[in-house]
Amino acid sequence: MAAIRRILVANRGEIARRVFRTAREMGIGTVAVYSDADADLPFVGEADQAVRLPGTSPADTYLRGDLVIAAAQATGADAVHPGYGFLSENAAFARAVVAAGLTWIGPPPDAIEAMGSKLGAKRLMRDAGVPTLPWSESVEGAADVGFPLLVKASAGGGGRGMRIVRDPAELASAVEVASREAAGAFGDATVFCERYLEAPRHIEVQVFADTHGNVVSLFERECSIQRRHQKIVEEAPSPAVDADLRASLGDAAVAAARAVGYVGAGTVEFVMAPDSSYAFLEMNTRLQVEHPVTECITGLDLVRLQILVAAGEPLPPEALAPTMSGHAIEVRLYAEDATNGFLPVTGTLREFDIAGGVRSDSGVESGSVVSPYYDAMIAKVIAHAPSRGEAAARLAAALRASRIHGVTTNRDLLVRILGESEFLAGATDTGYLERHAPAVLGAALLDDVGRRHHAAAAALALQAAHRADAQVWSRLPSGWRNNPSQRQHVVLGEGDAEIRVDYVIARAGSIELAVGGEPVAVQLHSSAADVIDASMDGVRRRYRVAAAEGTVDVDSPLGSSSFPVLPRFEDPSHHVAAGSLVAPMPGAVVRVLVEAGATVAKGDPLVVLEAMKMEHTVASPAAGTVSEVRVQAGQQVDSGAVLAVVEADAES
Amino acid sequence: MPVLPDRVDRDAPEFAARRESLLEMLAEHDRQLALANGGGGERAVERHRQRGKLLPRERIELLLDPDSPFLELSPLCAWGTSYTVGGSVVTGIGVVEGTEVLVQAHDPTVRGGAINPFGAKKQGRASQIAHENRLPVVNLVESGGADLPTQSEIFIPGGSGFRDLTQKSAAAIPTISLVFGNSTAGGAYVPGMSDYIVMVEGRAKVFLGGPPLVKMATGEVSDDEELGGAEMHARTSGLADYLAVDEHDAIRIGRQIVRRLNRQKLGRPPASSYSDPLYDIDDLLGIVPTDLREPFDPRDVLARILDGSEFDEFKPLYGSSLVTGFGQLHGYPIGVLANARGVLFNEESEKAAQFIQLANQIDTPLLFLQNTTGYMVGKEYEQRGIIKAGAQMINAVSNSDVPHFTINMGASYGAGNYGMCGRAYNPRVLFTWPNAKSAVMGPAQLAGVLSIVARASAEAKGQPYDEEADAAMREMVENQIEAESKALFLTARVYDDGIIDPRDTRTVLGMALSVAHNNPVQGRRGFGVFRM
Repeated sequence: MAAIRRILVANRGEIARRVFRTAREMGIGTVAVYSDADADLPFVGEADQAVRLPGTSPADTYLRGDLVIAAAQATGADAVHPGYGFLSENAAFARAVVAAGLTWIGPPPDAIEAMGSKLGAKRLMRDAGVPTLPWSESVEGAADVGFPLLVKASAGGGGRGMRIVRDPAELASAVEVASREAAGAFGDATVFCERYLEAPRHIEVQVFADTHGNVVSLFERECSIQRRHQKIVEEAPSPAVDADLRASLGDAAVAAARAVGYVGAGTVEFVMAPDSSYAFLEMNTRLQVEHPVTECITGLDLVRLQILVAAGEPLPPEALAPTMSGHAIEVRLYAEDATNGFLPVTGTLREFDIAGGVRSDSGVESGSVVSPYYDAMIAKVIAHAPSRGEAAARLAAALRASRIHGVTTNRDLLVRILGESEFLAGATDTGYLERHAPAVLGAALLDDVGRRHHAAAAALALQAAHRADAQVWSRLPSGWRNNPSQRQHVVLGEGDAEIRVDYVIARAGSIELAVGGEPVAVQLHSSAADVIDASMDGVRRRYRVAAAEGTVDVDSPLGSSSFPVLPRFEDPSHHVAAGSLVAPMPGAVVRVLVEAGATVAKGDPLVVLEAMKMEHTVASPAAGTVSEVRVQAGQQVDSGAVLAVVEADAES
Repeated sequence: MPVLPDRVDRDAPEFAARRESLLEMLAEHDRQLALANGGGGERAVERHRQRGKLLPRERIELLLDPDSPFLELSPLCAWGTSYTVGGSVVTGIGVVEGTEVLVQAHDPTVRGGAINPFGAKKQGRASQIAHENRLPVVNLVESGGADLPTQSEIFIPGGSGFRDLTQKSAAAIPTISLVFGNSTAGGAYVPGMSDYIVMVEGRAKVFLGGPPLVKMATGEVSDDEELGGAEMHARTSGLADYLAVDEHDAIRIGRQIVRRLNRQKLGRPPASSYSDPLYDIDDLLGIVPTDLREPFDPRDVLARILDGSEFDEFKPLYGSSLVTGFGQLHGYPIGVLANARGVLFNEESEKAAQFIQLANQIDTPLLFLQNTTGYMVGKEYEQRGIIKAGAQMINAVSNSDVPHFTINMGASYGAGNYGMCGRAYNPRVLFTWPNAKSAVMGPAQLAGVLSIVARASAEAKGQPYDEEADAAMREMVENQIEAESKALFLTARVYDDGIIDPRDTRTVLGMALSVAHNNPVQGRRGFGVFRM
């Protein structure tokens, strides 16, 4: 195989940036492909060259293998890295890449295919001596498997086509439903029944194989904390795996890889029962999202190894005899509302700044838009430390200190998990988030006192910004009065509520300030539009503040908050222009569209006039009730004549 | 650059005593300000609020840019008179949409915002400040017009208010009226003469004659809305340019109008960066004696108000009881004349005349720090021509064209008040420290003079002089003059633009300088004949 000189990444976001980073370090050129929704994301600008994939949906863009290959050819790329998801486990695409004369940075298509069928993979594994869960391919055989069991689609993934069955009586219907779902989702109705382990640990082993016959295990990862079958906290090594078990898992994983003639990076997933017995679950024939924790503990660059292997080189000695040190934990930062059923959230990240001391693999930066079209993961944050406890602490501290605004994320949930006692004890399994309700664990880190302090800091920073931006008198004391009669104030929003902050900055910087009418003892050490250094209620902290487009974001050691700044004056377009229902000019009434008593919405047409050969529609100025109609069709009216009267609803 | 030294001993007992004494005066001043802010009293304020209306200072606060400073003018106008302190109107200089403006707001809680003779004087002064400094005027109108019982004192001179408005317009100084309530009879011409008029729906009433007057004059029966309602004016008469749904909306529109005025300052901009004074301005309280007989060095004041405490003294060895020199204040170059030991001798007068001419040559504004008991009297000084020297100084002050700013720091007596740019010499602003006094001469001297003249008159007529009556007369006169010399008495009559806390001096001057630079600063090149 030829040396790789230019890699196209058939993916987006953080994984594209991750591959580009290693490629750059290796002196290899980079090519991105991007959908219309992603045109402004950092990965596009960071690539040497980029090719647009018109459209936004995955089916129109990142799943269009033909366009991707054409992009590679157009840019002179000689290799394709698929990242994870999208086309990464698509054997047909892998074959097409190779057929186009490009290097495929991934496993052989046959291996992808072999592992793509769950049923086929289970059979292969059993034959290779890898522990598997008992299963049955028929409803009749299910009794031997035992209950509870899981009805699974052979071609499935991501939880679709799966049914847990605890009662044998429900089995037949579950099979039917799962089968129908599988046929719809994957075009293959094959299902099977597998023994179901309640809340096992999710343990996986990173394997690497080259074209020279080497297959190695790069130790295990534990990814037990999941929501809706998606991992959110991943670590290496597993707190539940000792050296013997590690060796056993490694051997099983290597055997699994050998069984399918595997080449490149792969992950063999196992479920593990409390007695440490484990069984093969599936093999992921790609680079995993959570690969950084393995990189941290082994010191290896897995993308580099992928590129070397794809170029036909043997695995380097450090990969053939891997060692591990310390403990690494990764969390996935999602744009989602953890307290509200993990609903994905979209919007613009006004601020995105992950604190130092950790590794951050992100697909976004300040100003990036989180679109609704793809996975809601915006970054992975990874801490590596000598011990698990230290890694958790470091990661939690970094997350707390990170500035993420504009889009709701699961940051607070992640911070709480990293400090939760069961997690710290290593007692994690896939049922973790069922025991610890995300609505509670994901609640805002900032308490009421913190919110008051943040509101105060927001007001003081806005004040500083006003002074700094002033065109005249900007060096004169803020809000100075020779005859003080009232305080300055700003009204911030918080949900549906309002927080009013009143303040006076008096002589020599002394401050009188109240949040919601309650005084806060403030001593201001320095103030600027972006940072307030103040003692509040006796504790000095630095509050980082960013105000833009009517919102002010505050970060401090207490947590994070964002407040909309309510305007001093109502937008005039919200005003009802009183008397709008008079004739704007003399003319004839052509049509009367409402009757007295009718309920109308703002903007509803009420009366149509004709004057000077033109029709004029008189519309309702507000939502309300038509209390009077004073004209009828055909009637001539003078300018200013009242046509109808609308009584606006109370709130409009 | 020469930096003034810090020579203040903050641990000295005199420092603490002066500070305490001045703080007492400031506390009294604050009590009077609280009265002014109370408007027409609790009941009137309550009634006003119940109608859903804002107080004049609330309207102003809403109008101003958030967190921007505001300099209220003549807040204690009419103090000590039979009128409500404040004069039923609030005036001041503030910033709206980044533009310096002059704001006038009637106080409808005081006799319906009717204008009395003191309020008229206060408004006249505010109008003059707007004109001289090219400040757009925003009128927050709610006034029933002239205070009828005092009409004789304001009807005829009061017409100048309307003349001023239209002359501003002619000078391209925009005038804006936001009408919140009654603006009737003569008051109707305040909006009437303005460039822009905003009226609050259902509240503004602008007519020459209300229903009763119309009935009496012509027999016509009409109501308020027909005669002068906001809607009528917006739709029918066209007097209202904008119809606001409520007070907030009117203020929003007022801000919108100012934003579109596209005002540009014609004067030079201040230095883009400059240093604060090196020493705490708080020290002024311990520096300035409240006993006017005690002299103090104005350099200690300058060290606390000039940028970087830098002061290039001019002619320091000549006429040393007047300190002259150049510095910078909030980024603006400034020339300073400050009394050092009260008396102005021949040398001081000549030095002042020269310095004022120099400042005009280099287009530099002048700051007068008054603490003078007047020009020196006595044979020697008369014979050396003190009148000629004083005339030179007054000539220079009178004909100088650069902006003048005057602070009365203590004494301002006799012709010294004139030479040091007192009220009659039209400084752009004149502010008084609470300890200051001003009169033709000191109370004891004045009483003494009267006594000597009376005694001489009695002697000439060969009558015996009644010593007891003389003592009583002297005491009475002394008390009267003392009372009439006080800062509060003077500020009540709009003889200054307000009493300020000495610690605010730098801030106030910074605003005044900035405002003055709405016009180019251009000194006079030729002066009147100097009597030599």
